[in-house]
Amino acid sequence: MELIWLVPAFPLAGAIALGLGRPLTGKSAGILGSAAAGLAAAAACLVACLFVAGGQVPYTVSLWTWLDLGAASQAIAFSVDALAIVMILVVTIVGFLIHLFSIEHMAGEEGYRRFFAYMNLFVAFMLVLVLAGNFLLLYLGWEGVGLCSFLLIGFWFRDRANGAAARKAFLVTRVGDVALLLGMLLIAASLGSLDIGEASRKAQSAWAPAGSSSLAMLAAALILGGALGKSAQLPLHTWLPDAMAGPSPVSALIHAATMVTAGVYLVARANAFFALAPQVLEVVAVLGAATLLYAGLCALAQRDFKKILAYSTMSQIGYMFLALGASAWTGAVFHLATHALFKSLLFLAAGAVINALGHERDVYAMGALAKKMPLLFWTFLAGAFGLTALPPVTAGLASKDAILARLWYVGGDARLLWWAAMAGVLLTSLYTFRMIFLVFAGPSRRGGVGASSHEGELGPSTTIPLIALALLCLVGGLLDFPRLMGGRPYFGAFLAGALPTAPLPEADTALDLFLSLAPLILSLLGIPLAWLIARRGLERRDIAPKGALPAMAAIAREGFGFDRVYAFLFVRPVLRLAGKGVDFVNLASEGLRGATMRLSGLLRSSQDGRPRRYLGALALGALLLLAAVLI
Amino acid sequence: MNPVLAVSAAVAVASTVAVVIQRKAVHALLYLIVSFFALAVAMLALGAAFAAALEVVVYAGAILVLFVFVLMMIGVEGPVPSLRAWLFPALLAILLFAELAYALFARPELLEALSVAAPASGAAQVAYAVPAPVPPKAVGLALFGPYAVAAEIAAFLLLSGLVGAYHLGRRDKA
Amino acid sequence: MNPADLELALGLAALLFVIGLAGMLARRSLVFMLLCAEIMLNAGGFAFIVAGARWGAPDGQVIFIFLLVTAAAEVAVGLALILALSGQGRGRPKGLDADEMRRGGD
Repeated sequence: MELIWLVPAFPLAGAIALGLGRPLTGKSAGILGSAAAGLAAAAACLVACLFVAGGQVPYTVSLWTWLDLGAASQAIAFSVDALAIVMILVVTIVGFLIHLFSIEHMAGEEGYRRFFAYMNLFVAFMLVLVLAGNFLLLYLGWEGVGLCSFLLIGFWFRDRANGAAARKAFLVTRVGDVALLLGMLLIAASLGSLDIGEASRKAQSAWAPAGSSSLAMLAAALILGGALGKSAQLPLHTWLPDAMAGPSPVSALIHAATMVTAGVYLVARANAFFALAPQVLEVVAVLGAATLLYAGLCALAQRDFKKILAYSTMSQIGYMFLALGASAWTGAVFHLATHALFKSLLFLAAGAVINALGHERDVYAMGALAKKMPLLFWTFLAGAFGLTALPPVTAGLASKDAILARLWYVGGDARLLWWAAMAGVLLTSLYTFRMIFLVFAGPSRRGGVGASSHEGELGPSTTIPLIALALLCLVGGLLDFPRLMGGRPYFGAFLAGALPTAPLPEADTALDLFLSLAPLILSLLGIPLAWLIARRGLERRDIAPKGALPAMAAIAREGFGFDRVYAFLFVRPVLRLAGKGVDFVNLASEGLRGATMRLSGLLRSSQDGRPRRYLGALALGALLLLAAVLI
Repeated sequence: MNPVLAVSAAVAVASTVAVVIQRKAVHALLYLIVSFFALAVAMLALGAAFAAALEVVVYAGAILVLFVFVLMMIGVEGPVPSLRAWLFPALLAILLFAELAYALFARPELLEALSVAAPASGAAQVAYAVPAPVPPKAVGLALFGPYAVAAEIAAFLLLSGLVGAYHLGRRDKA
Repeated sequence: MNPADLELALGLAALLFVIGLAGMLARRSLVFMLLCAEIMLNAGGFAFIVAGARWGAPDGQVIFIFLLVTAAAEVAVGLALILALSGQGRGRPKGLDADEMRRGGD
């Protein structure tokens, strides 16, 4: 039981060793980093086995007292329950595979050692985040992953655009962080405890009845604000497409599998607070659905390979938020786990393709790569099947089904959300297969053959993670397969210990059939439509310059103008203020000086040597004095 | 209401206003003399015969005549201020008058509070309705009685005025 | 002497004073300003007379006498000044403009 601290300790040690140690030659840094990640994964598996064997009893390990403030002391306390187990398994296993991939992928880059140091540090912080037993420690992990995200997005810092993207990510998520901090302070102030479990219990007794407590709504809304920022949902989503400036493993780890899902984790972890504020939950669901559709449309119009995947991530996290809003806690977490698998696979494969083509990211300049890079193609396809929830036993199928079923059964207004989710399914299929057709199928649009457009150079460090992830994608769904197809809710049962789960109503075969088939049909429908789009290039300006479709596509490509609006509302005024050198701290003393000068000037002008003026002033004074006496 | 008082008051006000709006200084002076005459009559109506006489003899008859002499020597003619220039003074005047009127008539207790005990010279506290006109004899007795020192100082003042005027009038040699 | 008379008289004094004040503020010629000063002084003196009449005491008239003395001295000096200024000036028959005498000298 006491081993839990090893899980974050290994990557932390790795980060320190890589950061401060002697320079290493060749791929040693990569191997060391991956080893640290691998040990963390091993430790996580061990802890998980022990947990299950011990009857799934949640426990907390308090390592030491962090802040000794008497009654308000905070400890470094890791709290282990089913949810935490799931998260650490996802983070460490996927993290390990990505580290492995990076050994070769990042070989030859300047800052190779720095890369692995940052990656290890990130994994350590992420583990702290998901294991934290109190909000303060969670916030430490929260900020830490934000820091590492910044460092890794701007990894190739010599290009200033990357630095700008990193800054943008940091600043936008900062807005969310402030909200989270305020929420934490609110909870601490009114409930008196920052321990997550304790605060949740206290909230249930102090802030009941549900639906009428404004404190609960405020706390939930603030926590939601934090989650929106980290998970890149509307309206704090603008940083994610820009974050693709970082290396592909970064995108895979941070912006697909883990950090962006921290928001989902946070809401799930704080479900007690959200349960007390149903209006906020509605907002969660609506925002999730809105992001789902918005990001799907944007993804459909992108040219940049990684940006398609970035918007896809945004959209899938919208799914998770939708599930959270419908109180389908386990469904959301399950989707989180499966999404980590297939999205990281997609990013890694995409990264390999991009590298092989000499850093080409424009999908319009690719094509016919299926034959040239078969391994990449098939693994990518596996990930795509997971994303679009197509059979056979893919992970995405299972998790999406769970969410959709839950939405339908909630009924009422949630039916609207079900329709939105269905639309999302179609969109997902459309953009995914458009991507596949443009990149791997069709004629080759590449001018000359670029540097090493041949796959043969992929070594084991690249291929093993890809294959491993692909296999996991394909069979991961077995964990919680829809009951129609003979599955058992292993996953749901596992999580029931940590998250409230409402049981599904009685098995109605016909309904179940409908609920499972409908999204399937939509996804399949997307394939030929996507083929049409990819082949005809209907959304391309250079093919149909006057068309309405390209115009709409152009708007969607820009993310429907959110960047412009934010730039106008926030960025430009701040820059103008900063640029003008209006030093408003100095304003106090300068202002005082100016005011004094002006006042003295005014007084001086009253001594102008004009007797009639003086007389008038005298008379006026007499008037006023008399008035003062009389009144 | 004493009709004499009322009429002389009206005359005084009218001619004073005329003083202020004249173009030629001599005309203004003449109007002022009229105003002083009217005031002397008012003083008579109030029973202050001696003061009335002094007003005519000294103020109108000596001081203002001195003014007349000087103005005839230098012939001053000033531009009458425009209506716009009258705005602020008129406003001020009206406001001040309003305040004074208010203080005098609407707040009798203020005046009672400001009044000190009976005046220094002999006359006893008389009932309000009945005070008689004050004869010059009483004034003389007061002037060289309780106010004797003040009279001497007034003499000093006159002397200093004399000296000052003399010096100012000299053609500069020093 | 009834109270109404006294009140009227006091009101008269106030009115005359205020007229003199307005005149002093409005006119720019030194001579006129002096004239208006006389008006004001006289009005103040008249108020004293009224006060004396109210109590039937000679004090009011006595103070009026002193006021006359003051006015006489003031006028003497003032006129001497005016004569000096207008004589040594560039022979302006027009009024001596108070607004242009800021540094006290022509």
